[in-house]
Amino acid sequence: MRTDWEIARRGFARYAAYPAATIAGAFTNIVFGFVRAYILLALYGQRDVIGGYDPSAAVTYVWIGQGLLMTIWTWGWVEIALRIRSGDIALDLIRPIEPLRVALAFDLGRATYHVLFRGVPPFIVGALVFTLVYPRDALVWLAFVASVALAVVVSFGFRALYNAATFWLLDVRGMIMVSGIALNLFSGFLVPISFFPDWLAAIARATPFPSMVQTPIDIFVGRTTGLDIVAALGSQLAWALVMIAAAQAVFAAGVRRLVVQGG
Amino acid sequence: MGDTLALYGHLIAARIRAQLQYRGSFVLETVGHAVVTFLDFVVILVLFANVPRLATWSQPEIALLYGISALAFAITDLMVGQLDWLSNWVRDGTFDQMLLRPRGTLFQIVSSDFQLRRLGKAAQGLVVLVYALSVLPIEWTPLRALLLVATIPVSAVIFISIWVFTICIVFWTVDGKEVANAFSYGGQFFAQFPMNIYDRWLRRFLGYLVPIAFISYFPALYILGKPDPLGLPAALQFAGPLVALVAALAAGRMWRVAVRHYQSAGG
Repeated sequence: MRTDWEIARRGFARYAAYPAATIAGAFTNIVFGFVRAYILLALYGQRDVIGGYDPSAAVTYVWIGQGLLMTIWTWGWVEIALRIRSGDIALDLIRPIEPLRVALAFDLGRATYHVLFRGVPPFIVGALVFTLVYPRDALVWLAFVASVALAVVVSFGFRALYNAATFWLLDVRGMIMVSGIALNLFSGFLVPISFFPDWLAAIARATPFPSMVQTPIDIFVGRTTGLDIVAALGSQLAWALVMIAAAQAVFAAGVRRLVVQGG
Repeated sequence: MGDTLALYGHLIAARIRAQLQYRGSFVLETVGHAVVTFLDFVVILVLFANVPRLATWSQPEIALLYGISALAFAITDLMVGQLDWLSNWVRDGTFDQMLLRPRGTLFQIVSSDFQLRRLGKAAQGLVVLVYALSVLPIEWTPLRALLLVATIPVSAVIFISIWVFTICIVFWTVDGKEVANAFSYGGQFFAQFPMNIYDRWLRRFLGYLVPIAFISYFPALYILGKPDPLGLPAALQFAGPLVALVAALAAGRMWRVAVRHYQSAGG
């Protein structure tokens, strides 16, 4: 546990070392946030509520989503894939802690940095310009924080899974691309899942992806309330365990066939 | 000038030949790029599953904006997408080598890469554009057809200028590269939707100061024969080429200032 904590701190520190990159990235998240917010608001000329969202909830959805973008790392995470490809993974394997556990601890540290410095600032800008909705109950705030943490773990499991494909594939770019498409669409990051046609929403809800974006947002904007929040957190926890277990199994299978050249 | 173009042709032809050596990978990645960028259009389809119109614009009308923006940006990405790497070249000192060669630095960067797989992006933009043109009841005139054909390269020049101008930030702050993404990728996204959905300050900033409104919005209004919901002068619908010229001059000027400011990392 003590080691995990130290590794997580390194994950935080690695990204904290580049403040200019953080500012530039947050700036881009903010610009996209404005464009996305106005696009969704344009839908409300004709209807008051769409997919359970009124205009304020829709704009809140956009700004929380912009905040989650780096926190759960929606596009092209290749930390493990690069180590497998270069053979550095061999070094990770001879260390006394499991490589996936190290990677998870590191990623939780990274996500803490990103939620604070890439997540909160865009949200504050959005809150200053638009009328947003906020949870009124302290317990809901707490549930939201727990939900974001679980979202990071589910997303980590998924990222580790497609990275582990590197054990079998020489070129993982295609794999990463497909993963990114699935994540962005089915997580509800691009458009809320309740806006989807029923058949597409049904597909999305059968996947782990909504646990990464849609679930925490719906808790925050009050679409998920009361005991449903407990159920939502339970579903996220279940997906977190499934994804981590799947990643571990695939990783272990990959290690068994791993050959590292040279010395 | 002719000499430069011939050299550009030589270099690009060599890069293309190299990429075609791995045909399977090339095909997969091209398709992948097409699908990734098509996600943006899927978003538009999902939005229109909920409402018949978006601020007076129908789905095929938005598809026209999308098609122009996506196609022009795909050409941009094909030609100057490697600007994404500029920060790395500045950081590791590779940019110093460029300064020593007897050609302009911008020319060297533009001719250093030509990722054919980005044609996948162009293909999906073209498909959406053709779809929009086939379902929209456009009353074609020679001028409308001419404007449409001219808009794609003109808009690409505007996108390229925006990208070159904004990426110059890395000569001051190496890690600032993502700021340029807000205007390149962000600009493409912004141009997929009509100006009248945006609040006035955002229109002024991204639409006119960064002249993204001239990429798709103004030409589309004329092609569609649609009254401008913003009531702006009709002359603006033909201003694209002039805007592109000014943008290109501004970007060239910015690049020279930035390179003069550049101090090697000493790598």
